[in-house]
This record gives sequence, structure tokens and C-alpha cells, in this order.
Amino acid sequence: MKNNRWHILLLASFLIGCTAFMGAQNLASFEKRITVKTLDNGLTVIVCERSEAPVFSFFTHVDVGSDREVPGITGLAHMFEHMAFKGTDKIGTNDYADEKGALENVERAYQAYDQERRREVGRDDKKLAELDKAWKDAMTLAQKYVVENQFGEIVEQNGGRGLNAFTTNEETGYHYSFPSNQVELWAYLESERFLHPVFREFYKEREVVHEERRLGESNPFERLFEQFMATAYVAHPYGQPVVGWPSDLESFSMTDAQAYYKKYYVPASMIVTLVGDVKADEVMPVIEKYFGRLPTGPKPEPLRTVEPPQNAERIVLIHETTQPIFIEGYHKPSARDKDDAVYAAVQDLMSNGRTSRLYRSLVRDKKIAAQTGGFNGFPGNKYPNMFVFYAISTPGHTPDENRDAVHAEIERLKNEDITDEELQMVKTRAKADLLRQLGDNEGLAYQLGFAQSLHGDWREIFRHVDEIEKVSKADIRRVANATFVESNRTVAMIESTQLATAPAAGKEPK
Amino acid sequence: MTSRRQFILAAIVLSLLACAPASWGQASDWKQIQPPPLHAFHPQLPKRIQLANGMVVFLQEDHELPLIRGTAQIRGGSRDEPAGKVGLVEIYGQAWRTGGTKQRTGDQLDDYLEARAAKVETSGGLDSTYVTWDCLKENLDDVFKIFLEVLREPEFREDKIVLAKNQLNTGISRRNDDPFSITFRESSKLVYGADSPYARVSEYATVASVAREDLVSWHHRYVHPNNIILGISGDFDSSAVEAMLHQAFDSWPKGPAPSKLQLSFHGPKPGIYFAEKSDVTASMVMMVDLGITRDNPDYYAIEVFNHFFGESMNSRLFSNIRSKKGLAYAVGGGVGAEYDHPGTLGLFLGTKSRTTAAAIDAFNEELDALKTNPSTPEELNKAKQAILNSFVFRFDSKDKILDARMDYEFYGYPADFLEKYRAGIEKVTQQDVDRVAQKYVHKDKLALLVVGKAADFDRPLSSFGPVTTLDITIPPPAGAQK
Repeated sequence: MKNNRWHILLLASFLIGCTAFMGAQNLASFEKRITVKTLDNGLTVIVCERSEAPVFSFFTHVDVGSDREVPGITGLAHMFEHMAFKGTDKIGTNDYADEKGALENVERAYQAYDQERRREVGRDDKKLAELDKAWKDAMTLAQKYVVENQFGEIVEQNGGRGLNAFTTNEETGYHYSFPSNQVELWAYLESERFLHPVFREFYKEREVVHEERRLGESNPFERLFEQFMATAYVAHPYGQPVVGWPSDLESFSMTDAQAYYKKYYVPASMIVTLVGDVKADEVMPVIEKYFGRLPTGPKPEPLRTVEPPQNAERIVLIHETTQPIFIEGYHKPSARDKDDAVYAAVQDLMSNGRTSRLYRSLVRDKKIAAQTGGFNGFPGNKYPNMFVFYAISTPGHTPDENRDAVHAEIERLKNEDITDEELQMVKTRAKADLLRQLGDNEGLAYQLGFAQSLHGDWREIFRHVDEIEKVSKADIRRVANATFVESNRTVAMIESTQLATAPAAGKEPK
Repeated sequence: MTSRRQFILAAIVLSLLACAPASWGQASDWKQIQPPPLHAFHPQLPKRIQLANGMVVFLQEDHELPLIRGTAQIRGGSRDEPAGKVGLVEIYGQAWRTGGTKQRTGDQLDDYLEARAAKVETSGGLDSTYVTWDCLKENLDDVFKIFLEVLREPEFREDKIVLAKNQLNTGISRRNDDPFSITFRESSKLVYGADSPYARVSEYATVASVAREDLVSWHHRYVHPNNIILGISGDFDSSAVEAMLHQAFDSWPKGPAPSKLQLSFHGPKPGIYFAEKSDVTASMVMMVDLGITRDNPDYYAIEVFNHFFGESMNSRLFSNIRSKKGLAYAVGGGVGAEYDHPGTLGLFLGTKSRTTAAAIDAFNEELDALKTNPSTPEELNKAKQAILNSFVFRFDSKDKILDARMDYEFYGYPADFLEKYRAGIEKVTQQDVDRVAQKYVHKDKLALLVVGKAADFDRPLSSFGPVTTLDITIPPPAGAQK
């Protein structure tokens, strides 16, 4: 793993007296502390030694999210993520031999019910009620074998903290932290949940996930973003909500979830990253022993669908009693594109803090927004994605005013070079921001696994900063002119039916 | 006159967990895995210094990254602001920094600091205000100078007070857009009283009444060295920083100590409260009462109780209401504890409109079950194990240790409170847990709050008893035409 070239660079940096960024925490130091190994079954393991305290954190990154879902099964990747907390054939059951049969009965009963439920013509309501009852009775029988939430209980009882998981439009992640003497228990639990998952309480959990969707629906931003994405994407699955459409959450089956899991949860799509008070030469054999049991499967072929170029502006307008929100997005290349660092620089310049252009225009000077910003890489990174701007207006101001002010700043970016000071600030901040991400096991485990998954190399965390260092004023104008054009734009706004009245203006500055 | 007491508590050394030798054979069952003992760990405690003028300083060296952070916590917060000027401390917390110093405007500070990827920020909280910095080691001198300017010589320029008021007014105008914010705001009012400093919220009128003079006089009243606890962590040499602090602060005279807030707490008026939110598909259900303070001897038994009742992955509320009944995604609860005033006892869930009453039934079932079956030996043991085995995460970073130590100093808790906490948890018995469950959780004393779309409920709330409908209309700004 080690590369002598970096030691030479390190030495050189001391000679030229640049100490702040090249001290103990540069790529060279991480090269020494990081071990990467690809197991025989294709699973990638990253171990980063950091002995601050006798604990470690991990992330399991799986290279699939809702991006492989098609109509009818939206929300399924996220559903599997929930099932990965339901235990195995040994965890969460008091008698797996009998439970297995009971779960098969649940699934048969559900299929029969669902087939009748979705019959468009000639549906027999009496029969449907019987099938519904049979399905629910089967669930009640299966419930007898369940030891509730035992997987989480074992983690917590043994000192685990922060047990959680997430699903995005392109990946799924599982994580928690343990005291450092629990490496073997962790390796057992984390491999077993993917080796022998049991989809118990599937249809109860589907209800839970639907409740999760409803909580999202309660938030005006989420309502708006769902419509925004569905409008901005006509072909690519980025347009589908990760949590799934309501009809699909009421329809998809345990069989569907098993098929998705079997196809996409292959070791070649999984990266396990461990960071903390561990020694690679001690933990790697343990990890290999447990995770090596996952059966090899073919890595799924890459997604075929590519979003076609947008040819006209699209607008979503929602009328609500909630106060106005403005967002707009522009299609742009994936994070693997050579211009990714340029977009990152644009994001920093436009929206990082009180020196940012959007803050100074919309919040400080025009006083039409309380918050505003722009971010690169929505809703993901793996595929061509969007650069999104947003503004939250102050009372009495409309999203139209926000839009015009954002557009004025975009035009400035396209037509004028940014200043030397701005460019230098962006570069200095990129380096410091990287440093600020390195002092935490959990954050590091996420970053390393994410970079490994997206770019095939954890070193990209460091190289990204080098790429930002190379960004020129011309790059920024070039990218802004290529991206921020009307035909490539999708706007989404909440226009308030009860716009708040602006309080009388305070004393204005002299 | 510098007192150089070392953080008094004996270094926390983790006790050994199960001590069977490590076996590297492949386990087929988690029960076969015996963890080796966790090796001894002596967390690094910060160095405490008290300056002659009363300022307390904690220095926590951490040489992992070339960064240095500082936090000055100053006594006095929003609970101390006048009722007619609610929002003052929040406006102060913003304009303190954005309004600049005698020497530089806030915008000039922004440019100067951002060019160095550094931050100096201010903020206002419930019981304190803060000035913080975060910089690269190489910029400490420059950034500390700005920190001092902000701390000692703020200018509170009018244009930034206007901006801060815009922020607050925007928050007011949007506070009913999301049912979560309605639920937590209104439940606090039920627990502490609508006018209580722990529950009241700013209105257009109270924001409008705050003037620059209020910020200036707040600053003069509270920002004195004897009201400040300063914590510094990062890649520095303590003796050099100590010298820097003496130079910066030794000539700063003591000021008057702020008066302590004296309040009594009565808890909610039991009953059913409802706020209509017609544009949602889910209801928020919350049951609340007063909680406890952390110096209450029952705190440890409460922590164990909370774990198995409503806070853990396999808690009663999570397993029964979420996993078995599928009624909620977000569900939880427990008896809240704060350092110097009672926390909130709360049960919370979100459920689809048409299972609102069913969810209330489910909460009631759990509350009734506490009467007949407050805890089982298994629940007690698992909860204690979970808390004790994860104890290391309370001090697994130098910053966490510093933050905890600053909290204990601020609230007058013993410096070894963390060690006491562990000993307290170890001693909790089943009788303790059963006793605190009976003592603090009373179904008939709870206020039940529901926020949602009444027309879609499975049963009317009135089927549970008389309902008080809350008016959550936002009072319009003065002079505004409807």
C-alpha cells in the first residue's frame, strides 16, 4: 500500500516551510495508517488505524440505492435497509425452523391477497376480505417466533452506539460504533445480517416505512423537492423518491425485496470501512474470516438509462398556505467528471457563509431572503446530477424576487472573472475543510468508504483538494456558461396563498 | 493568583468487561463470542486555570490536527431576557459578531477570517451566550486578536441588527409550516407555561421592541471575566497559551455577578390539547409532564428506565408501537433531565391521520403496563449493560471531555460527575427503577397534545375526554393590514 513518492513530497514540503496542511495529516500519513484489501469474493475492506480512544466506527457501503428501482418497486432499496435490522436465522427468532414455514405462509397469503386487490376488472370484494384476513392471520402466527429487535439489542447491550443506516438515490450505508474489544462480535453481526437475513415482520415494517414517508410529506421542503426531482428527471431514476411512491409502498412484496437484495447485495458491490483503535494485521484476518463467507455473485451491469439532454425550462409551482420557497436546478455531469472540482469551487463561492455571493446579495443587501445557497451534486454523485440553488424568503418577499436575484448572481459568474481574493479563499478553505473532517472515526469511515465506492480509491478525498487548487477563473466562467442556461433549468416554487406581512422596517443604516 | 488545580477526579479507567480469552475460531452464534478485555484507557483531562479576575479557563491539548478551537461561554441567556423583548438574546447573538467591532465592520471581519479559513462566531442560548473561534494553528495570533475584539469591543452596527431581526421574523412567519415545530413549541408551553422563560417564543412585536441600546446594555451587564468559562482545545503548547491569556485578560477587572433566575415549576394542566394542521397526512402525538434535574438522586434509575422504556432500539415504545403494531416511524420517550431546571417528560410519535386514536391507545397501554409491570429483571440488566458498556463513548474524544468538564463547571456540578454517573448506574436496582416509574410517570397528570388534520382521525379526540383547541395563529406585526 505504501508509496515512497509521498514521503519525498512530505520532506519537500518541510523544506519549503509549508507546515499547516502538510503536517501530520496529509495523504502520506494516511497511506501509513490505511490498509485496503479485496477479499476473494470481491468485497473491499478498508482499515484505518486511529488510536485516540479504545473504540472504532465502521460503515458498510453498498453500491446500490433506489437507482435500480423501476415503477412498482420504488422504495424497495430503502425497505431492504430496514429489513437488515430484523435479524438472521439465529438472531431475532425463538425457533427459526418453524418460523421459516410461517414466513412462507405469510408470503403466499400476501401474494394471493395482492393479486385480488390489484385486479382491475371483476374484483370480488368478499374474496378480497377473506384473503386479507388470511394474510393477517398468517402474520399473527409468524409473529409468535419473533424476538423483537434482538439485532439492535445485541449491539446496544455490548456497548454499540449510533446504530443506524441510510439509503440514497445511489447507495446504502450501515454504521455504528463499538468499543475496540468487540471487533469479532461486530464482524459476526455485520456479515450475518447480509449472509442470512430473515425478512421477518416485512409487512409491518412496510407500514413503518410508509409512516416515514408521511413524516416527510409533512415538511414543505420535502413536498417541493419530490415534485422538483420528478420534473427535472424524465428518464433517470434520480427522479424517483428514495422512500418510494405510496402505491408501491402498499404493493411490493417480500419476494420483491429478496430479489433486489440477491441481485444487488453482492460482495463486489460492498465496501466495509473500519476506523479506530484497531490494528490492521489483527483485524483483517477476523474480517476476512467472517465477511469472506458472503457468496460471490456477478457485479450488476451498470445502469443503462442516461437522462436525455433537457431542451426547455421546466417549472413546478405549488400553491400552499406555507411560506414561499424557491429552488432551481441545472443538469451537470457526475462527480467522476473532470470538472467536479470546478463545480465544488462554484458551490463554495456562491454559498459558503457570509462572504458568499448569494448571501451578500439576497440576505445582506437586498434583504429578500433569510437563507440562500447553491449546492453541487443533488440528489447524488454517481450519475449526472444537478447543481441546485435555493432561497428562503423573508416575510413579504416572493420567490420571484429570489429567483431574479439568484439569476443576477449567476450572470455575474458567467460574464465576469471572480477576483483573485475569492479564488484564493476557495482554495484555502478547501484544504482547511478537509482537515476538519479527519478527526473523527465515524466521519472518516464514511468519507473513506464513500470515496472508495464512488472513485474506486479512498485517496480521492485528498486529490479532490489538489484538483480544487488547480481551478482557474476561466474554468469557473466556462463551467457556469455551459451549465447555467435557461433550457437546462428546472424551477420549483411554493407560492404562498397567505403570504406573511413584512413587519415595519427597522431603522436602516445611515 | 492562578490556581492550577488539576481536574480533581481520578482518571477514569475502564473496568474490565468479560474476561474470557479471545477465541479466533469462527463463531456460528453471537453467544460464542467472548470479547477480550478492553484495554485500560486514561482519558486526557483538560487543565483548569482560574485567572485572578475570576475567569475560568480549560486547556485541552490535542495534537492530532493542526487546528485550534476556543469557546467562551458567558452566563446569561434568553431565559433572562425581559418578557417584552423575547428574541433579544438571539438578535444579540447574531449582531454581536455580524455588527463588527470598534475597529472593523462585520463584513471586514468576514473577509479577513475567511481568507484564513477561520471562524469567529457568536451565538445566544437559553442560559448563556458564546463567542467561539476555529482556526489553523498557524493563524492563532491573528484569529485570537479578532476573538478578543469581538469579546471586548463589539459595535452592534444597526444594519446588522436589521438583518438579525429579518432572520427572527422569517422564523416567526414560518413557524407553523412544519408540524414538528408546532408540536415541540406547544408542548413546551404546556409543560412550563406559555409565559415561562423556558417556553415562550419571540413575536413580531417583541422583536420590534429590541433596540441597539438593549444589546449594548446586555453586553455591559453580562460580559465580565468572572462570568466567563473559556475552553481551548487543539494543537498548542499550554504554557504559551497560558501566557497569551494572561496578557489578554489579566488587566480586565471583575464585574458584578448576574442574579440567578428563581422560578417554580408546576407542570402542565392535565388534559387533551389539539392544534389543527390541515395540510398533513400524519398526526404528531405527544404526552408531556415535567422531568427532573440531573442532581436528583433518582437520575440514575431514570436513565436506566428511559433506556428500556423509550430510548433504545428494543425499548417498549419502539418494539410495541413501531415494530409490532407498525403505527409509527418516529416513536420514543422518557423522563428528560437538565442540569439546573426540570427537563421534559415526554412520549412522542408520528402516525397517519387515520390511526391517531389508535396510537393514543397504544401510548395509554404502555402507561398502564407500567403500573402492573414497571420493569423486568431482563430489562434492567440489559439497560444497565448497554449504558455501562457504551460508557467509553462519553469521553472518546478530547473535545467531548472538555465540553463535559465545561458543563460541570458552568452548572456547579462536581468535576468527577461522569465517574459518579457510572457508579450511580451500577448501583441501580429493580426496586429503584420500579419506584421512579411510579414516582414520575403519571398517566393522569400528562398533557396530551395532538397536531394534525382532525377530519381524517379514526376517532374524534373528544372520545378521550374534553379537548382544548389551541390557537396557534401568528399575531400579525403591528400596523399590518389583514
